[in-house]
Amino acid sequence: MTEPIAGGVDCDLHPAVPHLTSLLPYLNDYWRDQVTTRGMTDLVSQAYPLNSPISARPDWRPAQGKPGSRLEDMRAHALDPFKVSHGICNPLYGVQMVFSEDMATAFCRALNDWLAREWLDREPRLRGSIVIPVQNVEKAVAEIERCAQDERFVQVLMLVMGDMPLGKRAYWPIYAAAERLDLPIGVHAGSAYHHPPTSVGWGSYHIEDYVAQAQAFQQQLTSLIVEGVFARYPKLKMVMLESGFTWLPPFLWRLTKFWRGLRMETPWVDRAPLEIVQSNIRFSLQPVDAPDDPATLNRLFDHMQSDELLLFSTDYPHWQFEGDKALPDGLSDHLVRRIMIDNPHATYTRLKQSAVKETTP
Amino acid sequence: MNIQLRERPDQAACATTRTAIADCDVHPSRATPTELYPYLAKRWHTHLETVGAGPYHGMMIGPPFPKGQPNASRRDAYPPEGGPQGSSLSFMQKQHLDPNNVALGVLNPLGTGQGLRNPELATAVCAAINDWQVEKWTSKDSRLKASVVVANEDGPTAAREIRKRANDKNFVQVLLLSRNTEPLGQRRYWPVYEAAEEAGLPIGIHAFGYGGNPITASGWPSYYIEEMVGHSQCQQAVLASLVLEGVFEQFPKLKAVMIEAGFGWAPSLMWRLDRVWQRLRDEVPHLTRPPSAYIREQVWWTTQPMEDPERRDHLFEVIDWIGWDRLLFATDYPHWDFDDPSRVLPAGVSVQNRDAFYLGNALKLYGLAKD
Repeated sequence: MTEPIAGGVDCDLHPAVPHLTSLLPYLNDYWRDQVTTRGMTDLVSQAYPLNSPISARPDWRPAQGKPGSRLEDMRAHALDPFKVSHGICNPLYGVQMVFSEDMATAFCRALNDWLAREWLDREPRLRGSIVIPVQNVEKAVAEIERCAQDERFVQVLMLVMGDMPLGKRAYWPIYAAAERLDLPIGVHAGSAYHHPPTSVGWGSYHIEDYVAQAQAFQQQLTSLIVEGVFARYPKLKMVMLESGFTWLPPFLWRLTKFWRGLRMETPWVDRAPLEIVQSNIRFSLQPVDAPDDPATLNRLFDHMQSDELLLFSTDYPHWQFEGDKALPDGLSDHLVRRIMIDNPHATYTRLKQSAVKETTP
Repeated sequence: MNIQLRERPDQAACATTRTAIADCDVHPSRATPTELYPYLAKRWHTHLETVGAGPYHGMMIGPPFPKGQPNASRRDAYPPEGGPQGSSLSFMQKQHLDPNNVALGVLNPLGTGQGLRNPELATAVCAAINDWQVEKWTSKDSRLKASVVVANEDGPTAAREIRKRANDKNFVQVLLLSRNTEPLGQRRYWPVYEAAEEAGLPIGIHAFGYGGNPITASGWPSYYIEEMVGHSQCQQAVLASLVLEGVFEQFPKLKAVMIEAGFGWAPSLMWRLDRVWQRLRDEVPHLTRPPSAYIREQVWWTTQPMEDPERRDHLFEVIDWIGWDRLLFATDYPHWDFDDPSRVLPAGVSVQNRDAFYLGNALKLYGLAKD
């Protein structure tokens, strides 16, 4: 097996909100009252049903409560065994499904404060992603600006399936703020479920929804590239989280072919899609949708034509690999170092800033 | 990109030196809007002229995303006698079938009764298109074979149309489009698969169509290029649906052809399906084998628009992962993104694989191979 090296960055950890009541201390009187009066209980997305095998590895599943809800477990299962210097928390709480932009704003604010107090304050290796109320772009920008003052927030988090394709101009103020504040945009698997989770309608099964995440990432990359997000915000980084990555090369072949044929439609796309991906897009390592044999995997890395695209992730507590095999077999030492240390640090520049701050008394 | 800048040498003269090919995606069109009227009851003439066809999108004229060129077709493919590209058999013969030495051309008519909201109109137009394919095309050129176009949202009626054409040698497959009101694995479409399996006709699932669902899982995008690239994600979702709903398990002799949606995505999709199935197989106990096992036995892909990586070894590796016996050459004539058979496959392919790619696989799949 491929050994992890010490000092890496785990770019996809999922601390779970135990219950909606856990957020009550972080809500104002009005929203506390709304939650209790209206009998709201919890915001669990069917993208990750709590008892689904995908949602937690059997040996990472606690006897009680939600997987990923205890810091001690995260330390013992992920932070310690993989000897990481940093772990980035991407809370997957169903705030994106909420239809009211006021409610979404209140819940996102509470969620971000909860993350800072209950996780980041208690564990110096952890960093956070700012969950934003995408339902209202103005409020999303305000939440980014509020949280960004805390250097431990290193990323803005969105879901891969929302109300509009991510390249749409309406979202651009979010990208402007993120670029200005050195925050990559993390795009994580999951859906607001405001549209069918496949582009051909609603399927019948949970497994179908999960498989469909990869297609949703492909659609979003198309949108982000052809709308010109990276022509306008050249320093903006976007990280595809729990996206899979083996679909990337053939996807780019197709996109490039049509870009060549249809450039007149989006003339601001002045670089080939592969170049744009290499400069602006990154992918978390897990899940590795590939056979176990190292030969095939290394051919896939060759097809990707870059060693800078992948960022180490365990996807804790989701069940993507067995034991300590977070790195697939057959990776060269060079690639392990790239994936675990160099690429995450090049992507999340705030990691360095906050590390300096910590050591200063 | 396909404006003819200078006169080419006589194309037909080259034909004898060219290897015969199968073109598994040819699009015949109607010379005039009323060309189907002889095959349609008078009621539908009035209907079409009064309220229109009624698709699952808002445009009375033209598609929701304007194409890159008129009729999404080559500017050099207008027939000399007039009419849109692809509407003249004699010009198709002269421009494509003869010079490219097409031994088999599979017709996939678009803009038919598929994807119409009125189910009776859909049925009538599909039946008319099938009669028209025989009368205008396949009966006049034996190289051409027709697809049974079926009213996609109405399973039992579609099945009747398939059974009606089952023994007609003009037809070699059943045609569906990828985008319907629901993913194609859903039970409402099973009568189509049952009838196709019974008739021994593969199901051709061509990219495109309108079923009312946005072409991304996050709503409608802005550009035609997003629709065109997006068809491959639609096709992946369709194939996942067919496998996971158990269509291939239920109909083990059914064959499916993925048309004009690329093939490069297939290995990654199969790996992902198998990996996730290991975790979640309890939810789909009707599957007795890993998802990829069904795909490897029951699915084929047409080649156009051909995957076009910078390095040909990448292309060959992807085809190795899929299998050289699974690809069916197609040009998409007369559409703008036509693949030229003389240029599409890079050098370095064995004669055996080359022959399979251009002709052998198609003849075998469509039951036309001479033993």
